[in-house]
Amino acid sequence: MTVSDLDPRLVGEQPGLAGAWAGFRRRLGQGELGTLPVIVGIAIIWVIFWVANDRFLTPGNLTNLGLQVSAIGTISIGVVLVLLLGEIDLSVGTLSGLAAGVMAVLNVKQGWPGWLAILAGLATGLVIGAFQGFWTTRFRIPAFVVTLAGYLAWLGALLLVLGETGTVNISDGTITGLANTFFIPLDAWLLAVAAIAVYAAVKLWDRRRRVAAGLPVPPMQFLVTRIVVIAVALLAAAAVLAADRGLPLMLVIFVGLVVTVDLLIRRTRFGRHVLAVGGSPEASRRAGIQVDNVRLMVFVLAGTLAAAGGILAAARLFAVNQSSGGADTLLLAIAGPVIGGTSLFGGRGSAYSALLGGLVIGSITNGMNLLGVESSIRFLVTGGVLLLAATVDALARRGRQAAGRA
Amino acid sequence: MPDGAPLLELRGVSKRFGAVQALSDVELQARAGQVTALVGDNGAGKSTLIKTIAGINPMDSGEYLFDGRPVHVTTPQGATALGIATVYQDLALCDNLDVVANLWLGREELGAVRLLDETDMEQEASRVLKRLAVRIPSVRTQVASLSGGQRQSVAIARSMLGEPRMVILDEPTAALGVAQTAQVLDLIRRLREQGLAVVVISHNLADVFAVADTIVVLRLGRQVGVLDAKQTNSEEVVAAITGARAGDEQPTEVTEP
Repeated sequence: MTVSDLDPRLVGEQPGLAGAWAGFRRRLGQGELGTLPVIVGIAIIWVIFWVANDRFLTPGNLTNLGLQVSAIGTISIGVVLVLLLGEIDLSVGTLSGLAAGVMAVLNVKQGWPGWLAILAGLATGLVIGAFQGFWTTRFRIPAFVVTLAGYLAWLGALLLVLGETGTVNISDGTITGLANTFFIPLDAWLLAVAAIAVYAAVKLWDRRRRVAAGLPVPPMQFLVTRIVVIAVALLAAAAVLAADRGLPLMLVIFVGLVVTVDLLIRRTRFGRHVLAVGGSPEASRRAGIQVDNVRLMVFVLAGTLAAAGGILAAARLFAVNQSSGGADTLLLAIAGPVIGGTSLFGGRGSAYSALLGGLVIGSITNGMNLLGVESSIRFLVTGGVLLLAATVDALARRGRQAAGRA
Repeated sequence: MPDGAPLLELRGVSKRFGAVQALSDVELQARAGQVTALVGDNGAGKSTLIKTIAGINPMDSGEYLFDGRPVHVTTPQGATALGIATVYQDLALCDNLDVVANLWLGREELGAVRLLDETDMEQEASRVLKRLAVRIPSVRTQVASLSGGQRQSVAIARSMLGEPRMVILDEPTAALGVAQTAQVLDLIRRLREQGLAVVVISHNLADVFAVADTIVVLRLGRQVGVLDAKQTNSEEVVAAITGARAGDEQPTEVTEP
């Protein structure tokens, strides 16, 4: 659209369907790929594993896949927020283990009711996130260092909390129910239909407001196509879940958090400020944004989401042990959003990258386990995919630079 | 000289930083619907003076009158509240956000259920850019993809959202190409047409003569001349800047900090 008489050198969006299509292709060419490469990547991975083993695409296995990605994916949502700031949080892995440990010990050894123990676990993540955020902003130490210290310290704290036995088995129904509750198949369909209805209503209402305000709108065909694509995807997911055990509560929690945080990033003042601080802290400060408060709040959210992920993982395992949140948890939680397209340099990314990137990693793990491949190969392949994704991002960034959009 | 009472008037402003007398007894007037250019060599006190006006460095002594009333401006918020907007040399835009988001950064409008009201913000942004005849491909373009002139225009447009009565521009044409400079100068003329008092700092005398009504010359922290742009010429202005003008104190080889 043109604001005033058009400078002929400027390539604006032309009206109509052809113009919108041309704009889409131009954005692709200039490296604004969005989530498209990841979705294509997931499709390729799924086809490969399906050819290799036809059990991969069965409802039972896909439901398992959903459960497998939910815990680390929840941690990744917090990582997305930190990455948007242009920072990194290395403590989320061991922090998730510590929060789960606190919950398990309070529940099993201290006899706290399940729901209270869960809240205490979440509070652990919140307080630790606040502590790390405070330390980073107050003393101007890079978050990399503060959270590296946290990585070590919370690992020690977990061992301390667990005590001599080293493993705490959880039998409380409220806690284990987080990962083992399935709603009846009908609920999957109802939720899918409701989500489609809300999505379509919001999009159409938004379009009507823009038309009423005299603002340019994409062609109706584009909007309808979008809604249909989303609807097909959601209905397919519902069909898969309904054909197996039903709608898992854990998946509802994970996807619900992704949608909520996406809304937070794109449509709230706080989210706008997170993007602004990630893009230019100085410009944000001059615009009157309390930069340190935004940073602190992001670390609080990252800590809380890490705790939530740890609690989900413990619920699925029925236990917390000394390696909870250790090993590859941290690295996979960071690799997910990066594979999903969130930039390591701040200011660019989406909550959906936690879901999509997590699905890429989860699919590789799940598929290779199904084929009986050694975990050595699995790590090699996952590493290769991470490198590939980072390369796609770097090439896209070069495309943006060539188009002056770095 | 233009008639009418000045919107902003500074009398006898002095400012000292440690051992450096940055401003001594400076007078400045800015009128609505007029462009006042502030010129001077490096270290003449131009930036210190606008920081005084903008409330970043409050003056040590002197009078600050706005709209004929004496006021005390000691914070940037105080200057903004009076209706004074300042656009600094480094533009302070977020490259990763689009034009609308940058225009509203730090004062986003909220609609239903505390979510951002994108429709309202985009509408208002389009209106301001149209009023200033700023040319950009789309208000939803990322700032990173704009040219230097477009970015400067966006930064100026952003200062206009608060409906100011006076705009201070610090080196608005520095580092811009010929066409982009012309674009920004056009924009400055439109600000004047809309009745704003405009104060422009510039090193480029061609740009100064292209838009200014009044030229105020600073040298070594003192105001050494107020010239009517229509009745003076570059030689006279350069002479005032360098201190070569007869009747003034002799130019001395002072290296300023």
